[in-house]
Amino acid sequence: MTQYLDFEKPLAEIEGKAEELRALARANEEMDVADEAAALDAKAATLLADLYKDLSPWRKCQVARHPERPHCRDYINALFTEYTPLAGDRNFADDLAVMGGLARFNDTPVMVIGHEKGSDTKSRIDHNFGMARPEGYRKAVRLMQMAGRFGLPVITLVDTAGAYPGKGAEERGQSEAIARSTETCLQIPVPLISVIIGEGGSGGAVAFATADRVAMLEHSIYSVISPEGCASILWKDAEKMREAAEALRLTAKDLKTLGICDRIIDEPKGGAHRDKTAAMASVSKAIAEMLKDLEKKKGDVLVKERRQKYLKLGSKGLAA
Amino acid sequence: MNWITNYVRPRINSIFSRRETPENLWQKCDECGTMLFHRELSDNLNVCTNCGHHMAITPRERFKALFDGGIFGEVKVPEPIADPLHFRDQKRYPDRMKAAQKTTGEKEAMLVATGEIGRTPIVAAAQDFSFMGGSMGMYVGNAIIAAAEEAVKLKRPMVLFSAAGGARMQEGILSLMQMPRTTVAVQMLKEAGLPYIVVLTHPTTGGVTASYAMLGDVHIAEPNALICFAGPRVIEQTIREKLPEGFQRAEYLLDHGMLDRVTPRTEMREELITIVRMLMGLPPAVRGDLPAPTAAAPETPAPAPADKPAAEAKPAK
Ligand SMILES: [Zn+2]
Repeated sequence: MTQYLDFEKPLAEIEGKAEELRALARANEEMDVADEAAALDAKAATLLADLYKDLSPWRKCQVARHPERPHCRDYINALFTEYTPLAGDRNFADDLAVMGGLARFNDTPVMVIGHEKGSDTKSRIDHNFGMARPEGYRKAVRLMQMAGRFGLPVITLVDTAGAYPGKGAEERGQSEAIARSTETCLQIPVPLISVIIGEGGSGGAVAFATADRVAMLEHSIYSVISPEGCASILWKDAEKMREAAEALRLTAKDLKTLGICDRIIDEPKGGAHRDKTAAMASVSKAIAEMLKDLEKKKGDVLVKERRQKYLKLGSKGLAA
Repeated sequence: MNWITNYVRPRINSIFSRRETPENLWQKCDECGTMLFHRELSDNLNVCTNCGHHMAITPRERFKALFDGGIFGEVKVPEPIADPLHFRDQKRYPDRMKAAQKTTGEKEAMLVATGEIGRTPIVAAAQDFSFMGGSMGMYVGNAIIAAAEEAVKLKRPMVLFSAAGGARMQEGILSLMQMPRTTVAVQMLKEAGLPYIVVLTHPTTGGVTASYAMLGDVHIAEPNALICFAGPRVIEQTIREKLPEGFQRAEYLLDHGMLDRVTPRTEMREELITIVRMLMGLPPAVRGDLPAPTAAAPETPAPAPADKPAAEAKPAK
């Protein structure tokens, strides 16, 4: 069964009842509960639609971080063929918080790079919860440069709470690694498309999401700081994360208004995790269309336009 | 009332402007506790004369000491839209801005100037930690872009003094977008073949370190400056262990290969002149305290350099 978020409690009640009825019916052959269960299903569907119709920014943060939300690995498996992982920064280590390699997207060879959070306790630890160390960014730089040399479009899948705040990460130049990754994004003469699939956390996200086109899933977020972090600094109270989430304008809708997000990808009702196949299909369609838009542009034009886009960004604020 | 009125005749009193007579004539060094006379301290660029501790210095003070004769021209920075997100935490962002403008007397957290150092024309930009923690928002981004464009136009090297707690949260995602924006500015300099020197001062942290402050041709830091992406407190909370002495300080970063040099503020000007002249293929500089450029300098003179105090009676320690 799905893991419910706290605001989904009423939904859990109803869906739980439907499930229970069906289980009882399975145990007692003479019991026919089909009508009752169907009624509950309908009620649940209405409630789900209602809950998700106008999610508050804080609720979107919770959905974006949902443990069952499809992650980078799921998208790579579903959307790409011949995925061939490439490892290591050729310097220090391979950082599993970042996965990437050669793959085909609708038969076109591309370089795909993304943050992977992991899906169970073991893999979460292996992937360091999607929080990259300098090696992760340096691996990304290496792969992006390779893509640039061989004319392969780059597709990045962003899903990170932020770069890892650790001792070794700092000693090995976390700042420099992030800066170089952003710099590389602004240099490579190939189409660069970024999809924010979950959390776009601060500099750790910018390092991959400085792109020709930035798409966001409907319930993903992209922010300079987590709402909890912002609340504890500006409100001096981490519990004010709801207020902070409002103030930061971190939803796909607000970011589209601000010109940071170019395209919002609709999610299935109740979020991408409730219908992964549908979510994958929407993302695939969006990438294909964005790629088509860019594939005829020459490398130098792409770089020039990408830089112009960022130079102009933000000049109009919410009035954009 | 200003304290000075109690001590001098009204006629003399009227000569002093309030601005020139600070209330606090003595400042205590936060490192060694020595009481330092304000004139002595500012003559030493806010470096403690007893222990060498580097205290904060405003961009304006720094530029007065950096440029020949204390003369520099300010580069106009395109004004960003005010309060782009209509941000409100416990205070409204415009109110925080007004408060910062009032206490600093500056418009924003970065000053951009053109001038000469050791007769070497440069463009300089300096971040003001006293203005909302030097935080990087649209204005700071615009300032760095304006500085780079000016440097490219005049074919001059650019020297940037960083000092910031990170991004300006009140501008949300737009503050984050200054990371790619300022990176484009650095790329303009590199593609024009112009040197870009970063002087990292205390503190330089967060998104600032992870963009323009770590992309220089040469990285010089002031002694003991805190330079990091994640702050020490965040790291201690994450890894649940105590960090070693001097962690993330300039000397530590030098050891770990992130900096070229750690140089005291009092020697910074000479060092910048030396490096910039070599990178620009210029002959060695004429040394010494150079007067302001004479040949009708294109720069508009800055507020008359507050020159060496005349016979200031320095009270004995
Ligand atoms: Zn001292």
